[in-house]
Amino acid sequence: MKQPFGSSRLVVLIPYLWLIAFFLVPFVIVAKISLSQTVMALPPYRPLLDLTAGWAGLKDFAAHLTLDAYALLGSDDIYLHSYLKSLEVAAVSTALLLLIGYPLAYGIARSPRGLQPLLVMLVVLPFWTSFLIRVYAWINILQRDGLLNDVLMRLHLIDAPRAWLASDTAIYIGVVYSYLPFMVLPLYAALEKIDASLLEAAADLGCPRARAFWRVTLPLSWPGIAAGALLCFIPITGEFVIPDLLGGSRTLMIGQTLWTEFFANRDWPVASAIAVALLALLLIPILVYERLQKRAIGEMP
Amino acid sequence: MQRTSAFNIVSVALGLAFLYLPIAILVIYSFNASRLVTVWGGWSLEWYRELTHDQAILDAASMSLRIGVLSATLATVLGTMAAVALTRAGRFRGRLLFSGMVYAPLVMPEVITGLSLLLLFVASGVDRGFWTVTAAHTTLTMCFVTVIVQSRLIGFDRSLEEAALDLGCPPLKTFLTVTLPLIWPAVAAGWMLAFSLSLDDLVIASFTTGPGATTLPIRIYSQVRLGVKPEINAICTIMIAVVALGTVASSLVIKRGAMRRAREGLGVQV
Repeated sequence: MKQPFGSSRLVVLIPYLWLIAFFLVPFVIVAKISLSQTVMALPPYRPLLDLTAGWAGLKDFAAHLTLDAYALLGSDDIYLHSYLKSLEVAAVSTALLLLIGYPLAYGIARSPRGLQPLLVMLVVLPFWTSFLIRVYAWINILQRDGLLNDVLMRLHLIDAPRAWLASDTAIYIGVVYSYLPFMVLPLYAALEKIDASLLEAAADLGCPRARAFWRVTLPLSWPGIAAGALLCFIPITGEFVIPDLLGGSRTLMIGQTLWTEFFANRDWPVASAIAVALLALLLIPILVYERLQKRAIGEMP
Repeated sequence: MQRTSAFNIVSVALGLAFLYLPIAILVIYSFNASRLVTVWGGWSLEWYRELTHDQAILDAASMSLRIGVLSATLATVLGTMAAVALTRAGRFRGRLLFSGMVYAPLVMPEVITGLSLLLLFVASGVDRGFWTVTAAHTTLTMCFVTVIVQSRLIGFDRSLEEAALDLGCPPLKTFLTVTLPLIWPAVAAGWMLAFSLSLDDLVIASFTTGPGATTLPIRIYSQVRLGVKPEINAICTIMIAVVALGTVASSLVIKRGAMRRAREGLGVQV
C-alpha cells in the first residue's frame, strides 16, 4: 500500500524535534542536576558543564557529580513518608473512584440508547471547567463556616462546626470529585461494548442476575477497569493542587514535597532527585498504560 | 439491552448530582450580596462589578487568553503532524521513542513536567515569561491533540486519499483538500481541549513563568490560599460560562458539519 504522506519527512521531523527539545532533553537535565551539589549561587547547583573547556571541562564535570541528593532522600524520613503517603492516597482514591464510578458507568451503559450520548457529555462537561475551580468549589462547602457544617447543624447531626478542611477526608473528596470523569469514561466504553445476548443467554440458562454480573459483566469490563485505574492512579500520585488546597500540613504528598524543596528551600538537586525517584516509581504503571493506549487506538503492529 | 432498573437510575442521578452540585453552589453564591457563604443576602452583581476594578485579575486573564490561543494553535499544528506521522508515515527510525514521547506527557505528573521544563529554560539561559509558558503548554497539549486526531485518522476510509494520490495530486494538497476536511472535527476538538487545558494549568505555568507573566490560575491560586472570597466565585463563574458556551457551540458546529456532509452524500461517519 502507498504511504501518502510518508514522503514528506518534515511531518515526522518537526514534532519529533519539538518533543526531543521540550520533553526528552529536560529529563536529561533533571537527571544531571539530581547528581549535582546544592550551592548558594545562581543557578543554585554545581558543577556546571563547561563545554568550551573541551575534554578537560567534561572530566572536571564528571568528577564533581555526586549522589548526595539521593543519599538525603534515603536518610531523611520526610521523603519516604511523602512517597508512602502519595501511594496511599492514590490507592485509596482509585478504589473509591471504582466504587463510585462503576455504578455510574453501568447505569449510563444500561440507559436507553438515545440518552447515552447526553449522559456521557454530562459526565465529561465538568472536566472542561478548570481543575482549580472544581477544587475551590469544595472549599466553599467544606470550610468551617461553609455549607456542609451549616446543613449538618440545621439537621442537628452535629452540635458544633467541624473542621473538614486540612484533612485526608477533604483530599479524598477533592480527588474523587476531580478524577471521576477519567474513571467513568473507560468503564463506560468497556461496559457499552458488552454483547447483551451474553447476559440473556445467562438468564435463559437460569443464572440469577447478580451472579451473571459477577461471572459475565465484571470480567468483560476488566479492560475498562484497568484503564480507568491507571489513568487515575498515576496522576493522583504526583498530585499537587488538591492536597495543597484541601489537605493538612502534617504529612505532605510527594508533589508538595518536590514543590517545597524547589520553591521554598531552593534545593534544586534534591527536587530533581525526588522527580527522578517519583518517575522510577511510576514507570511500571506508565508503561502498562502506554501499552493499553496503543491497543485502544489499534496501532499494535 | 434496554433494562433500566431503579438502581441504575439512582446511581446515574446521584453521580451527576455529585458532579454538578458543588459547581452550582459556587455559581449561585457568586450572586450572593452577602460576603459570608452561609448567609444569603439576596441576589447581587456586586462581586462582578468589583472584578472590573481588579486590574491584576484582568491582566492575568488577558495573559492566560493569549497564552491559551497561541499554545493551542501551535499544539494543534504539531499534534496533527504527529498524528499523521504515527498513522501514515509507516515505519521510521526512532518510531518507538516518538510514540513514547507522545503518550508519556499524558500521564506524567505535572510537577515533574514543570520542573524539567524550568530546568531546561534555566540551562539555556532564556528569560522566563510569556514565551516559556507558551512553549510548555504547547508541549503538554500537543500530545492530547495527537491522541484525538490519531483515533480519527485510523477510523476513516483511506481509499479517498489513495485515489487523490493515484490521480497525481501532490501529498500536501491531498492532505489539505481530502484529509483535513474529513478529520477537522477532531482537529477542532483537539484545539478546544488544548485551549482549555492551557487555561486551566497552574502547576506547569508556576514553574515556567517569570516576572510579569502571571496567568489567571496562578492569580486565583494565590487568592484562594488566603480563603474564600466572593470575587473568586464571580471570576470562576465567568470562566465556567465561557467554557460551557464554547463546548456547546463547538459541538453544534461539528454536528452541523456532519449533517451537511451527510446531505452531500459523502456518507462520512462522524
